[in-house]
Amino acid sequence: MSKRSALLRFGLPLTLVLVLLGLFYVGLGTDTEELPSPLVGEPAPAFELPSLQEPQTTLTEADFTGEVALVNVWASWCRPCRQELPYLQEIAKRDVPVYGFNYRDSRQNARRFLEAFGNPYDKIAFDPEAEAGMDWGVYATPETYVLDAQGIIRHKHIGPINAKVLQEDLLPLIEKLKAEQQS
Amino acid sequence: MSLRSTLRYSRPRLGALVSRVRALVAGFALFFAAGAIGTAGAVAIDQPLEFENERQEEQYYRLVQKLRCTVCQSETIYESGAQLAADMRERVYEMTVNGRSEEEIISYMTRRYGDYVLYKPPFQLNTALLWVSPFLLLIIGGVTWLQVVRRRQSAETELTESERRALERFRRGDS
Repeated sequence: MSKRSALLRFGLPLTLVLVLLGLFYVGLGTDTEELPSPLVGEPAPAFELPSLQEPQTTLTEADFTGEVALVNVWASWCRPCRQELPYLQEIAKRDVPVYGFNYRDSRQNARRFLEAFGNPYDKIAFDPEAEAGMDWGVYATPETYVLDAQGIIRHKHIGPINAKVLQEDLLPLIEKLKAEQQS
Repeated sequence: MSLRSTLRYSRPRLGALVSRVRALVAGFALFFAAGAIGTAGAVAIDQPLEFENERQEEQYYRLVQKLRCTVCQSETIYESGAQLAADMRERVYEMTVNGRSEEEIISYMTRRYGDYVLYKPPFQLNTALLWVSPFLLLIIGGVTWLQVVRRRQSAETELTESERRALERFRRGDS
């Protein structure tokens, strides 16, 4: 067998297999459930909902915007929402307002949840029928949006916040946005 | 960990059992409560809907079969039992009876959920490979096949002197 055909016979399948393995490896690392939000870079969508704690008060997107802030979509029936509460508290401690959409929930359950596990939220809009949820492109709780001082959505995190997400994604972004605001 | 030690660790104590049962009951209660909340403002599967005219009805059924349920990736919102799909059906229904066009509703959904919400991906720059790859593979396969066949044909014609003599002998049948 000539050198060239040997190269073709073994080299070609070998490269193909290696390329395929490479693709598999990349595929392993990508989370197909995580979808990029087309709302990143867009202003916070308008909404008009009653406040969770004060049913007479109406909240709109103006209540959630004005400074660098977090908007978190949560529900009392959502277990990961409970797990991420300490991290939201961590952010609230750094003078970053944390706003909430209480999604597909009942007032009673939502209030009990906050009493039992703590309340990191500055304001919470009550959205039992997912009206604002649809406009904000919510598809599962918990989801967290980072807004800049102009009220533009700069980042969306899908799923619960954990220590890694807090340290590597959210806090650096918040620092950056705050610096932008001051300059 | 051996099987035995696994068993030992997983055997619940009475207190743990009680709290587990309690959690189960609470879970069921929550499930039904969530169900009760969930039914408001949504369109259930096969729920009869009223339309002003046939055009709207056709548009609704066309749209719900074009839009993907984003939490249950291999289903359209027409066939999905997920809460989000019910919300999306409701929104498509509302917008349709309010006289919004098909394009308006599709752009409303893609602005919020991205191109992903379209069950059939549009042909554009980032999906070009997806659409073209079957044809690319066909061409690559075809060319490879042709080459293999051609090489085999040329190999067959080149027999050495002894091979030719052996072939002759086999043909005559006096091996």
